[in-house]
Amino acid sequence: MTAVDQTLPIPAKREQSRAWRKMKRNRSALVGLCIVAFFALLAIAAPLLPIPDPIATSWSAIRKAPSAAHWLGTDDLGRDILARMIWGARASLMAGVFSVVIALVIGVPFGLVAGYFGGWVDMVISRVTEALLAMPFLIMAIALAAFLGPSLTNAMIAIGVSATPLFIRLTRGQVLAVKTEDYVEGARAVGLNHFEIMLRYILPNIVAPIIVQATLTVATAIIAEASLSFLGLGQQPPSPSWGSMLNVAKNFLSQAPWMAMWPGAAIFLVVIGFNLLGDGLRDALDPREA
Amino acid sequence: MAGTPILSVRDLTTSFLVDGEWKSVVRKASFDVGAGETVAIVGESGSGKSVTSLSIMRLLDTASSRIEGHVMLSGRDLLSLSEKEMRGVRGNEVSMIFQEPMTSLNPIFTIGRQISEVLTRHKGLSKQDARAETVRLLEKVRIPNASARFDDYPHQFSGGMRQRVMIAMALASRPKLLIADEPTTALDVTIQGQILDLIKILQEEEGMSVLFITHDMGVVAEIADRTIVMYRGEQVETGLTAEIFHHGQHPYTRALLSAVPKLGSMENRPWPTRFPVVDMKTGLATEPVEVAGTVSKGMTPILAVKNLVTRFPIRSGLLSRQTGSVHAVENVSFDLFQGETLSLVGESGCGKSTTGRSIMRLVEPTGGQIELDGYDVLRLDPVGLRGMRKSVQMIFQDPFSSLNPRMTVGAAIAEPFVKHKLGTARQAKDKTADLLEKVGLSTDMARRYPHEFSGGQRQRIAIARALSLDPKLIVADESVSALDVSIKAQVCNLLLDLQQSLNLAFLFISHDMAVVERVSHRVAVMYLGEIVEIGPRVAVFDNPQHAYTKKLMAAVPVPDPARRGIRRGISNDELKSAVRGMDYQPPKREYREVSAGHLVQVG
Repeated sequence: MTAVDQTLPIPAKREQSRAWRKMKRNRSALVGLCIVAFFALLAIAAPLLPIPDPIATSWSAIRKAPSAAHWLGTDDLGRDILARMIWGARASLMAGVFSVVIALVIGVPFGLVAGYFGGWVDMVISRVTEALLAMPFLIMAIALAAFLGPSLTNAMIAIGVSATPLFIRLTRGQVLAVKTEDYVEGARAVGLNHFEIMLRYILPNIVAPIIVQATLTVATAIIAEASLSFLGLGQQPPSPSWGSMLNVAKNFLSQAPWMAMWPGAAIFLVVIGFNLLGDGLRDALDPREA
Repeated sequence: MAGTPILSVRDLTTSFLVDGEWKSVVRKASFDVGAGETVAIVGESGSGKSVTSLSIMRLLDTASSRIEGHVMLSGRDLLSLSEKEMRGVRGNEVSMIFQEPMTSLNPIFTIGRQISEVLTRHKGLSKQDARAETVRLLEKVRIPNASARFDDYPHQFSGGMRQRVMIAMALASRPKLLIADEPTTALDVTIQGQILDLIKILQEEEGMSVLFITHDMGVVAEIADRTIVMYRGEQVETGLTAEIFHHGQHPYTRALLSAVPKLGSMENRPWPTRFPVVDMKTGLATEPVEVAGTVSKGMTPILAVKNLVTRFPIRSGLLSRQTGSVHAVENVSFDLFQGETLSLVGESGCGKSTTGRSIMRLVEPTGGQIELDGYDVLRLDPVGLRGMRKSVQMIFQDPFSSLNPRMTVGAAIAEPFVKHKLGTARQAKDKTADLLEKVGLSTDMARRYPHEFSGGQRQRIAIARALSLDPKLIVADESVSALDVSIKAQVCNLLLDLQQSLNLAFLFISHDMAVVERVSHRVAVMYLGEIVEIGPRVAVFDNPQHAYTKKLMAAVPVPDPARRGIRRGISNDELKSAVRGMDYQPPKREYREVSAGHLVQVG
């Protein structure tokens, strides 16, 4: 029994580079990253790409199957689906990402405060959250979007606010679990204030489930934007978004299945991409994962 | 050992699939358990003792584990049985009891139903017969008023009583072999004594064999006929318990035994004494050193607690009105001097931890006075409180939850220093390196994360963090209780060394009487929130006056096989609860002075 225990041969690295190195080794996370990056690049580069005008109609090319002229076919007004897909990626990705960012920015702090302080603060926040959760997500988003006025920005705000209660509740629950750990009490014993404890001791230990929930919510938000667009509350026609394309396409499923196929596949891929990326981020940010 | 063994294990090797590679955690274990015999497997964490028992029961996940060798139960090789046949063996021919009585019963069924289910399933009894048999079993494990408790739910039982229920359930099928995996580790010491006695008596009455898995040498000495010592997956020594204790061959066995704190080993030693340091290779021990002359008596005490009261309200009903309170700490007073260790001992719920946390103001005391290094603790505003934190720091029990997993060790140690603006970033770094060396770690460990360290190393890190503000008092709340014996000895030695070099005062909170005897200058015994006896360590241990102190000491398992036959006289006493109604008036307590500084509660 010597006083010095054996040392472990693990080199220390800075947190950022450590996370990135782990990310690089995780193949599924890289696939997710590639998918998300691919769509993001398409969306950003849309004006530069040699594609037809996404809102130009053509009576001679209504509901044409994929061909050399129109790689992904055309829709019921003869618009090129490839062009609409690429331009639509902008609306859909923005709707997905920004509404989740809104939900995180509002939801996580409220959840932290509610869980950490407890008492009447928690009581007020939790009861309001529960009241909001009692309302179906989409109904609330529609009501808010209608109240704010029809535009893509307002749709994103509406979706974000509607998704907020979910994050408040999730964060609060996680805080309650972490709050009882000895290291939180130890932080108090050292003399840290509440803000420092929440920021340095609690938040880093609850990010994992929040990241996972956020990536899942991106998917929900993309679909919600589709629904709002269908009601005329989201992306305003004739500007495309995947959701609105899908909604139009469902009337022509038997005559022109490609109209639904492409936006459907794109939403599916992006959602998978975000989920893989989220899982990878969760593992990469956790120092306990080798 | 006469006749054929009940259980015969040959060349048992268990491997787990880790990152695509098979890693063996138990290698070539071979032993027998005879009829009516008790065999103990003893070892520290990671020794493979629990995996051995789980392998025998085939309770490991088949996808990620591999069991090789032979496990013969009455002539049948359990490893060659089908899963269906194995289900007939488990809970029938072999029963198992686990460590955690709080989670091993299903909370939504009555205990009567859970036990009678075993009987109707394995023994084919009718419902009525099963009920009668269940009541008989509950009586057998000495549950008072058994028939009335048949329809009670697990939450209505205390931990010790739940473990009795578990034992009753294990006995229901009249197993040939009972595997007990750390069955008393989670229990308080007086309850542990009861359960050990119960297992011994039941074994005589039922004539079954027992395979007892534990890390506690005291428990081994008390219960086992033969002992198997395991170390890192190897069975290093097997033999009669007395042989192992007195003439252990393997160095590890001897190292383990000399590291075990023994109650009563401190006779004729007036001062706290370091644990002997044993070389794991040779098994040779150095003579332990006493740590004398650290106490600065006569000066103002660093900590003076007067009539401390901490109560937690119990609220119930729709409007959550207060209906009573937990009297966690009731009228507690003591002094602590620079360089002195005062131990608070007692069983769970006695208020020893709450006392420590009240002094730190981590919980708000209800009343009393605390004077700490010149601070009037109970009247401090947030700013003053932050200043006070420089004088007193805390070390927690569980080294696995007391460090922020997302913060490097260096950042964790430096944080208090930086927070209190005691110096520049450069100085913080130097201080961290210095502290790491002080606690016996190397400075380049600062950039790693807590999960890369073992339990003992983490506890050293926690100590380093506590020291970074140069506190005068450290509240050590069960700080060595969760550690393996050899590590426990090292950490205790570290604390003693630090006390000597830094003149620290320790408030040492523990339930482990043997460790307390070793490290403290003075001892206070707590029971139901009150100090029932306080005095110099020698006086309290050699001449205990209060009935509870005596009971507590008698319950500690002593690692001496000669005491094996001794029964404590089975009792069903449970720990009382400190929950009181609103109109409860705490009785006036008086203390009698036995000798200088040795006070005992009367009446």
